[in-house]
Amino acid sequence: MTDIRYTEDHEWVRLDEDIATIGITDHAQEALGDVVFVELPEDGREVAAMEACAVVESVKAASDVFSPLAGTVVESNQMIVEDPSLVNGDPMGGGWFFKIELDDVEDFEKLMDEAAYKAFLETL
Amino acid sequence: MSEESLLTTPLDALHRALGARMVPFAGYAMPVQYPAGVLGEHLHCRAAAALFDVSHMGQAFLTGPGAAAALELLAPGDIAGLAPMRQRYSLLTMPHGGILDDFMVAHIEGDRWFLVVNASRKDVDFAHIAAHLPAGVTLQRLDDRALVALQGPRAASVLATLAPVVATLPFMGLAEATIDGTACLISRSGYTGEDGFEISIPAARAEAITQILLALPDVLPAGLGARDSLRLEAGLCLYGNDIDETTNPIEAGLAWTINKRRRIEWNFLGAGPIRAMLEAGPARRRVGIRPDGRAPARGHTEILGPDGAVVGEITSGGFGPSLNAPCAMGYVRADLAGLGQELALLVRGKPLPAKIAAMPFVPHTYIR
Repeated sequence: MTDIRYTEDHEWVRLDEDIATIGITDHAQEALGDVVFVELPEDGREVAAMEACAVVESVKAASDVFSPLAGTVVESNQMIVEDPSLVNGDPMGGGWFFKIELDDVEDFEKLMDEAAYKAFLETL
Repeated sequence: MSEESLLTTPLDALHRALGARMVPFAGYAMPVQYPAGVLGEHLHCRAAAALFDVSHMGQAFLTGPGAAAALELLAPGDIAGLAPMRQRYSLLTMPHGGILDDFMVAHIEGDRWFLVVNASRKDVDFAHIAAHLPAGVTLQRLDDRALVALQGPRAASVLATLAPVVATLPFMGLAEATIDGTACLISRSGYTGEDGFEISIPAARAEAITQILLALPDVLPAGLGARDSLRLEAGLCLYGNDIDETTNPIEAGLAWTINKRRRIEWNFLGAGPIRAMLEAGPARRRVGIRPDGRAPARGHTEILGPDGAVVGEITSGGFGPSLNAPCAMGYVRADLAGLGQELALLVRGKPLPAKIAAMPFVPHTYIR
């Protein structure tokens, strides 16, 4: 089973070896509304944990997307640049944002698991 | 402001039943969107018809001998010249030439006038007007009336099934019509660039009549989110963003609201500074702006000139669903305000290329 973790900024992180794939949760896409524009980080960019490195915009508002963990960007999803509605339609799949090679894979374990994220959503 | 202290419109329970997302706006709990979402509601309004609750706006009757003349001292429009059951867009101006609010004024009959002002300004506006009225003229706030806007190319044909009189109503014309046994005041106007109507309804009947309107074919509810993207594409000003107490109507591109007679009289509040700017030319102008790429530029984005210096600021900006592209309006230095002028918008620290473009961005489809 693939391990997916979550953040209080409503992002998800999926780990494969030392590569983390990052996107926004269904709750986040629902709250944002129809996504019309995304801006993604350049490959090779070194990001700190909680650094704003992507932008997602709906008709009404712009929001930052943070890198939950420190690392180096290795790929970003050009499909959502071409078709931003993928973020609404498939937020946990085809609507992923970017991948980073983690500085320290151990950091992944510090993020919320699915049960903790669901409990967090209940508090909102 | 906490949720508990917000005012509600007579349609509050209906919004919640329809699954609206409610947000605070001008002191009211208002629907920003329904389950269809801003994009869907916007496109539905342009393709068919959308119903908006605008009951938060201020409605009032101004009545008495000399009412029009009294209002003309506060507003530069041709109010006295309005034929019965006709309305026009005007401004409440201030002694220094700023704009206290923009509003609609309709001539009902004789010495009776109907005003619709912005929600965020109604207390200020009505106090201002009341303080300037001569004896015998009274301002009666209509806080017991709801206001809904039915907008879009299908609005006239579907509303005519309930109120046949609207079929022949001209743009900016008014009619009294009975809907479901209740007298409503209907004007052919709106804030979307589409043909459509604003319908003033006694609060106690608002929910029932709104449900009848929503049951008409092709009509879906739309929230403040779509209302804002529609009016932006239509190039219409939002008070508090694009015009405010610091903007002179001339730099805002609203000189057209001052007719020929009023330009001879120059007898309204702020006439001196407004006339002076008309004659000398403004230092900055409100313009439409199209970013070259897909990135929207929001309000307060700095505008850079060809030399990289700041030459203005975006006052409203976002993504235009019908344009399928970002669009914005803002103020730029007058010498750089020509159509096609290349500028840059400072978005997240990066200059994005943009051009000055004609407004409306999406053509108006008013019935003339």
